[in-house]
Amino acid sequence: MSTEKISRSGSNLEKILKSGQFAFTGELGPPRGSDVDEVREKAKFLKGNVDSVNITDNQTAMVRMSSWAASIIAIQEGLEPNYQMVCRDRNRLAMQADILGASALGIRNMLCLSGDHQKFGDHPDAKGVFDIDSIQLISMVKQMRDESKFLSGGDLHGAPKMFIGAASNPFADPFEWRVHRLAKKIEAGADFIQTQCIYNMEKFREFIRLANEEGLTEKVYILAGVTPMKSVGMAKYMKNKVPGMDVPDDIIKRLQGVEKNQVAQEGINIACEQIEEFKALKGVHGVHLMAIEWEHKVPEIAAQAKVLPRPKPE
Amino acid sequence: MIVAKRKPFAEIKAMLKGYKKVLNVGCGTCVSVCLAGGEREVAILNTEIEMTRKLDDEPIEIQAHTIERQCDREYLAELDALIEEGKFDALMSMACGVGIQFLAERYPLIPTFPAVDTTGLAVNQAVGWYEERCRSCSQCVLGMTGGICPVTMCAKGLYNGPCGGTNKGSCEISSEQPCAWFKIYERLKGQNRLDSIRKINSVRGWDDQTPRNLVQPGYKKPENMAR
Repeated sequence: MSTEKISRSGSNLEKILKSGQFAFTGELGPPRGSDVDEVREKAKFLKGNVDSVNITDNQTAMVRMSSWAASIIAIQEGLEPNYQMVCRDRNRLAMQADILGASALGIRNMLCLSGDHQKFGDHPDAKGVFDIDSIQLISMVKQMRDESKFLSGGDLHGAPKMFIGAASNPFADPFEWRVHRLAKKIEAGADFIQTQCIYNMEKFREFIRLANEEGLTEKVYILAGVTPMKSVGMAKYMKNKVPGMDVPDDIIKRLQGVEKNQVAQEGINIACEQIEEFKALKGVHGVHLMAIEWEHKVPEIAAQAKVLPRPKPE
Repeated sequence: MIVAKRKPFAEIKAMLKGYKKVLNVGCGTCVSVCLAGGEREVAILNTEIEMTRKLDDEPIEIQAHTIERQCDREYLAELDALIEEGKFDALMSMACGVGIQFLAERYPLIPTFPAVDTTGLAVNQAVGWYEERCRSCSQCVLGMTGGICPVTMCAKGLYNGPCGGTNKGSCEISSEQPCAWFKIYERLKGQNRLDSIRKINSVRGWDDQTPRNLVQPGYKKPENMAR
């Protein structure tokens, strides 16, 4: 995190974070088809309730409308997109071309990711590109933005304006490595971090404590990842099937402990309690709410989490 | 060594359809050791082909010959007389992809078919079990990664891992697949060398995107070499 208070990218999210306010971001998965209305419908629930919306890039390796195209639709709908780009589907030429195009069309935030392996998706036999990895992608965007240079070192005219994001999973092992990896992403040029969905608060507190100790939270804005559980089934699935996800039994027990028709509300309650703690946790600068296929619940969650109204920077 | 596995029989049979006199050439080196294309495997495949073609009422004459190495002209030369006299209408090779091509190149007028799929550069973990360890990428990083190859063993070929998909020491693609970077981390930790991977590994150039030619120092390509 540069200490300068001015925004280099023109991003709303950057302005909010640099002004010291607690950020609140959302997520929108593009449709598996070309239906613009599907994006607009989801966007409706996010508008005014979040500072920026992550537009996922072929998430879980399933083909969807391209993230930059859905990002443009999001802009048309009055949202600020956080354009996700994975290393799985593009080589360095395509990536740089898309970064320039995204900036030209007004996209101001980017989240740089490795991407889920293609084996998980609907084209498991696809050739995974992985020409560069997520850390190399971060530094490539930074170089394009700050030095007006392509990865090759050649000059580019009209540097892309991007607030550069990266992901962090504090729960994947080895645990001690996670802070080192965060440090690498910061060194590469990440301006902000969005974490994996947090359920194990104890482990997350420890991660943040280590990051604070290393001075990392002074150098980057950290947005804690929150995904409300919709059902007991979802909690069990997340615990057992999603790699790198850490769902303590207490969460499942708590969801099981309420009336069936109250489980979703209990999931939201848990999420809001987490958000409350994050607001006060040193080293956390905001929350990234991933209400997966639950966009219509975002207004309600944002209200209950007392993060409304969202700030409107100049 | 180079490892390979025999192609599905139906595919082999389809390739040989219509050919009546075939020579199946085995290779006595890597594919022989990995039980895919040595003398024994050639004999077994030939028997299967003969039987199936007989049942189909389309008999085939298929001969066997295994040479020491199909990737070496010196050994290939011993086939010249046999192929000259045999008047085969097709050749089949049970060598790796390298050997198959060298055989096909030596006898350009005779159709040559592969009977195996080459699967990589592997170690012999146990009898019949081979694990890929090298993608021959031309830029070895094993010094930095504690002797474990991320190009081969990381499903995403990452250079700055382990990624967020590491799952109790396994790769996100399967609990059966160890996470290469987890292993790298553990090995370097044991050697007190974690600094080696705390540095950012910058973008690499892929040197394997065009056919590679290697001439060792002190040597040169012979002039007037038949190709």
